[in-house]
Amino acid sequence: MLRWIDKRLGVAHWARKGLRKIFPDHWSFLLGEIALFCFVILLLTGIFLTLFYRPDAQPVIYNGPYEPLRGQEVSAAYESVMRLSFEVRAGLVMRQIHHWAALVFVGSIVVHMLRVFFTGAFRKPRELNWLVGIGLLLLAMGMGFTGYSLPDDLLSGTGLRIAYSVLLSVPFVGPHLAFLIFGGEFPTEGIISRLFVMHVMLLPALIIGLITAHLLILWRQKHTQFKGPGRTERNVVGKPFWPQQLMKSVGLLLLTGAVLAFMGGLIQINPVWAYGPFDPATVSAPSQPDWYIGWLEGALRLFPPFDLTILGVTVPSPFIPGIILPGVAFGVMAAWPFIEARLTGDSAEHHLLDDPRDTPFRLAVGVAGTLFFVLLTVAGGNDVLAIMFNLSVNQITNVLRLAVFLVPALGGLIAYRIATELRDSRINPLGPDEGVSLKRNSSGGFG
Amino acid sequence: MRAERTVALALSASIAASIGLVIVYVLGGEAQLEGVLLGLSLGGLGVGVTAWAIKLLPARTETEEREELASSDAEEAAAEEDIGGPIEAMSRRKALARLLVGAGGTLLGALAIPALSLGPRPGDSLFRTLWTPGARVVDRDGAPLRPTDLVLESVTTVFPEGEAGSPDSQTLLIKVDPDLLNLPDGRAGWAPDGCVGYSKICTHAGCPVGLYRAESHQLLCPCHQSTFDVLDGAVPSFGPADRPLPQLPLAVDDEGYLIAQGDFPEPVGPGFWNVTTGGGKLMQRHRTVHH
Repeated sequence: MLRWIDKRLGVAHWARKGLRKIFPDHWSFLLGEIALFCFVILLLTGIFLTLFYRPDAQPVIYNGPYEPLRGQEVSAAYESVMRLSFEVRAGLVMRQIHHWAALVFVGSIVVHMLRVFFTGAFRKPRELNWLVGIGLLLLAMGMGFTGYSLPDDLLSGTGLRIAYSVLLSVPFVGPHLAFLIFGGEFPTEGIISRLFVMHVMLLPALIIGLITAHLLILWRQKHTQFKGPGRTERNVVGKPFWPQQLMKSVGLLLLTGAVLAFMGGLIQINPVWAYGPFDPATVSAPSQPDWYIGWLEGALRLFPPFDLTILGVTVPSPFIPGIILPGVAFGVMAAWPFIEARLTGDSAEHHLLDDPRDTPFRLAVGVAGTLFFVLLTVAGGNDVLAIMFNLSVNQITNVLRLAVFLVPALGGLIAYRIATELRDSRINPLGPDEGVSLKRNSSGGFG
Repeated sequence: MRAERTVALALSASIAASIGLVIVYVLGGEAQLEGVLLGLSLGGLGVGVTAWAIKLLPARTETEEREELASSDAEEAAAEEDIGGPIEAMSRRKALARLLVGAGGTLLGALAIPALSLGPRPGDSLFRTLWTPGARVVDRDGAPLRPTDLVLESVTTVFPEGEAGSPDSQTLLIKVDPDLLNLPDGRAGWAPDGCVGYSKICTHAGCPVGLYRAESHQLLCPCHQSTFDVLDGAVPSFGPADRPLPQLPLAVDDEGYLIAQGDFPEPVGPGFWNVTTGGGKLMQRHRTVHH
């Protein structure tokens, strides 16, 4: 078989070389793999869902087995999701696995990115792959948002109308932009089919393209590795790809699928029948987006009531938290490898990873940035917090308006301090045990 | 030996769970069981494969040397010459080169133009709703309303007659004690018998302002907690909204039914760049407010 192929393609040399590729071993190197496997599961479950979903806003009368909605007018899209959930065998579990996989997909990308950031894996020569990764994160969020909106339920309709309002707030071109994307004034009938095309064709094609680029660049540049005996900037120490590493990766794919299957079967997610169909004059409270949009929602909630008007041109208050903030945030993230290289004056190649404590400044920036996003996400649930802790939303909002700046600053300072002290003390709580070992001798002393 | 038993057990569990999955499906399906069995079949296979890789295929740690990523200086220079040379030669014909860039750019522009088909021009659509002078105020079911039909402190979502459900005309009709009302100047007579009408679309991000706190006479938007004071003309008192909810001038017709005196005096819903200055003539054309 192998010979038959090689006689025609002449690949034996490359196959051997590829299969002998060395993979350094560390648990944190699996985070990116988990993201990849989530995407595989999303594709498989997504194909199943696509065969049943109807991207159609036409009103129909619901007549299915879910009693509370019988006789009610709903969109054909909503009806098809209801049918998928209640009448198609294995439909509900597929839908729930798909939704959970989407949440874990974005989550594993974010954690993978934090690992890359804190260990300095983005440094030369890997700046390009960092940029590809940022692109993948953006696309994954876009995939999540477009998919979340497809069932045409009340909650996702709320997300869409906020997105429309944020688009509308762009100075000068906002109304045109919003009308072009939505096909008119919100709510429009055409938006569902547009989101569908984005979700099942454009965005997945882009993601597949960027994942391919991500892996090709990784293959070409070889893996980074943590410092350790025998590991230098000039080599890679680890296990060969074939067979052990490949089998472990297949195992991880299967285990990722197993966890998602358990979640999809046992933990209810996005019960669109409970939210009801979209209705432009109704909204449910409290309403929260999926977790990775929470920071934007929080920013909208915290931003002060300030419609800036200069010379008759209004900048509505959603513009800064909804457009400028994510623009700056992703801009800084994308530019970070170049910013850091400029600040440190370091233009050398790096293949050995940093221990985060050895780079207190980068650690502080990362901790502060992460805390900023965490607090914004918390703010996205300020009404839920108010109910949980029996406080007024106003108090919580005012506290968070301060905390969103103070906590990251404080967290960054503390991280900086701990890192410098650890570095100077030369104690490594995470590293191999290098302490003096004491043994009790027969006379009770230590020898 | 123990490792082999682990692998065998995991793989057998996977087979059993997969068979169970088929049985559950044939018997009619059940989401929880399907999830658990699929999890077990994937998980069993995953544990089996992983354990096999770790315990039964112990791989030696190997070291691979890194080759230089960059090509040699000479090779880089040669590539630059091979690729850049012809481009340079082409750009020496300045006029032609400019024309080529111009033709490409114009074509791209022309190809991008059909994107405008994606949506209509906004025109005046953001500046008006379907409320017209004399339009009767109806509820969701299309029934006209009289002030006497309304209970004090009640909230009703209302629309212009014949347009029940119209998204941008949705209005909150709240009946309050007329003596408590403290509306801005020029709005005398807009709230017959204490019936005030405000646009239901939040001026922040466009959500329906769905919650009313009767004891403090405040409207609350559940999306981002913007709060509006009903007695004072729905000015925002908390949250990210900066503009008041536009007020619908109401009156009562000969038969005692609530009607609109005209459209809202300002654009409803979320802000945009010319929300305060745009549509000047338009707004006047649509508004014939008579007292």
